[in-house]
Amino acid sequence: MSKQYPKPKLVPVPSTNIIPERDIDKSPILECRHLGIDFGGLTAVSDFNMAIGRTEIAGLIGPNGAGKTTVFNLLTKVYQPTRGTILLDGHDTHSMTTAQVSRAGIARTFQNIRLFSRLSVEDNVKIGLHNQTAYPMWSGIFRLPSYWKKERVAHEMALELLSIFDMQDLADHQAGSLPYGAQRRLEIVRALATGPSLLLLDEPAAGMNPSETAELMENIVKIRDTFQIAIMLIEHDMNLVMGICEGICVLNFGKIIAKGTAEEIQANPAVIEAYLGKKEG
Amino acid sequence: MSGKAKTLRMRKTTVNSFINYAMVIVLFVVTQILIGQGAVSNTIQSMLVPVCCYVVMAVSLNLTVGILGELSLGHAGFMSLGAFSGIITAAVLKDAVASEPLRLAIAMVVGGIFGCIGGVIIGLPVLRLRGDYLAIVTLAFGEIIKNVIQVLYIGLDENGLHFATKESNMVMSEAGTFVVRGPMGATGVTRLSSFAAGFILILITLFVVQNLVDSRAGRAILSLRDNRIAAESVGISVTKYKLMAFVISAVLAGMAGALYGLNYSSTVASKFDFNTSILVLVYVVLGGLGSIRGSIIAAAVLTLLPELLRNGTINEYRMLIYAVILILVMLVTNNPTLRGAVDLIAKKIRSIGKKEKAEGGAQ
Repeated sequence: MSKQYPKPKLVPVPSTNIIPERDIDKSPILECRHLGIDFGGLTAVSDFNMAIGRTEIAGLIGPNGAGKTTVFNLLTKVYQPTRGTILLDGHDTHSMTTAQVSRAGIARTFQNIRLFSRLSVEDNVKIGLHNQTAYPMWSGIFRLPSYWKKERVAHEMALELLSIFDMQDLADHQAGSLPYGAQRRLEIVRALATGPSLLLLDEPAAGMNPSETAELMENIVKIRDTFQIAIMLIEHDMNLVMGICEGICVLNFGKIIAKGTAEEIQANPAVIEAYLGKKEG
Repeated sequence: MSGKAKTLRMRKTTVNSFINYAMVIVLFVVTQILIGQGAVSNTIQSMLVPVCCYVVMAVSLNLTVGILGELSLGHAGFMSLGAFSGIITAAVLKDAVASEPLRLAIAMVVGGIFGCIGGVIIGLPVLRLRGDYLAIVTLAFGEIIKNVIQVLYIGLDENGLHFATKESNMVMSEAGTFVVRGPMGATGVTRLSSFAAGFILILITLFVVQNLVDSRAGRAILSLRDNRIAAESVGISVTKYKLMAFVISAVLAGMAGALYGLNYSSTVASKFDFNTSILVLVYVVLGGLGSIRGSIIAAAVLTLLPELLRNGTINEYRMLIYAVILILVMLVTNNPTLRGAVDLIAKKIRSIGKKEKAEGGAQ
């Protein structure tokens, strides 16, 4: 029933330079067409159009309350869109639930951290691996061979994933007792564990100091290169956004006001107005 | 390093499980020895099977309340289903199966199946609700089961079982007898339950619950308790795992019910009412939500306590003392100062143990 995902490879796959041109999949991993949602009479997001390439790092920025997190909630089906279509790898996600969207390949982190705080770090990652290390409930109760086999795989994969952020030594700690930055990183690891093709990061650098942010930037690029996935992030730290995002989308009052590369966005008068207000005179 | 960490971690959960098994086995053996020496009074001896039933009830309810994190107030309903289906099964098989333990085993399996059916029927619609609503519906379910059984007349003759909702409507041959007689409940039950059967049922319950929790499905259930939204976001099906925990809990309650029903020559449906559900919930809460060992100890101690207090001058005040003890335990476990003191002592004991271990390792 559930789709089988290949084990994530931590060895970098060949860079695009040596893959023949004809083998590169140019179709977008995610495409939003005229996406919109109303809450009662309030239109939170309207006419949201966006496409993300298969290994693109995309940024979603905008002033507070612009509807950025709402977009994430629409993509992960926490909210059912009022209008428009979301195409994940060409398939409409209209009838899917949050869990099904996750299985189809969208993973996310949360603005306010949502870890399984009473469980260990390793168990948090193992819960992320839930659909990739599947075995029946009976097997777990009666400790059949598939239990031992899959549990060992889950343990090894969990430690391997934790090693992205050098967190394998924290595996036995309670997730809720970790420092703030480590909790944010653990959320990313857990999201990666689901084997996504698109990773949504909601303010990954919130509350981090400049050196931690710099490290995070490196890691986001490293994750993209290692897993060959698309990443879309919401962030207020402009150094991070302008530093690593290949495509940036600016949202204000639920509408896209600008799209483009970092340079284009920085020069765009509509963006400057949204952030700083209208120029006098 | 990682290999060592793994064995240590594995040892922690497995050791915890094995301590529970060992505790139950030791208690069983000690009780058997005491009975052999005649040191256990008849009243206490008659309490042993109910104690086993309540331990199973508490551990199974802990799966729903402590591990899944959903409040269920109708756990006695599943016990009732198991008790009456078990009694009927035992009555039907009276001639077909000569061996009493085998008949008891079959009755318990049937009780578990009925618990399962009840769990699915209640769980499917109800588990989509959250928090208080779930509690209210499960409470109503327990009452419905009780009331349905109270108007149910079941007769048994050579042609098989006969059902009616009024005694006068019952059609059966002259040789037939009533198995369940409405508000009078089940009467003339052959008592099949034994302490050994209860002991085995506790071991089965521990095996199922502990192994489930320490597996993929168990982690999914725990993740729903800790953060439902995050659990959904990593692809965990909420309804599936809620239902899984709820139904397993109901199956175990059904089996405990069958054991309980076959321990008495007569059983009435009103025995399994709201009070019983709350009683089991008290065991779970006092033992600590999510703590299986706590549930076992709380259920055993609190079932026996009123009987132990029954002797001599304090007899009249026994329920008062019982209540005071309950309140004191609640206070101690919820008072931060007292709890801090208890934790501190526990930590000191543990650090002494660790030091010894480290010294042993160095040598």
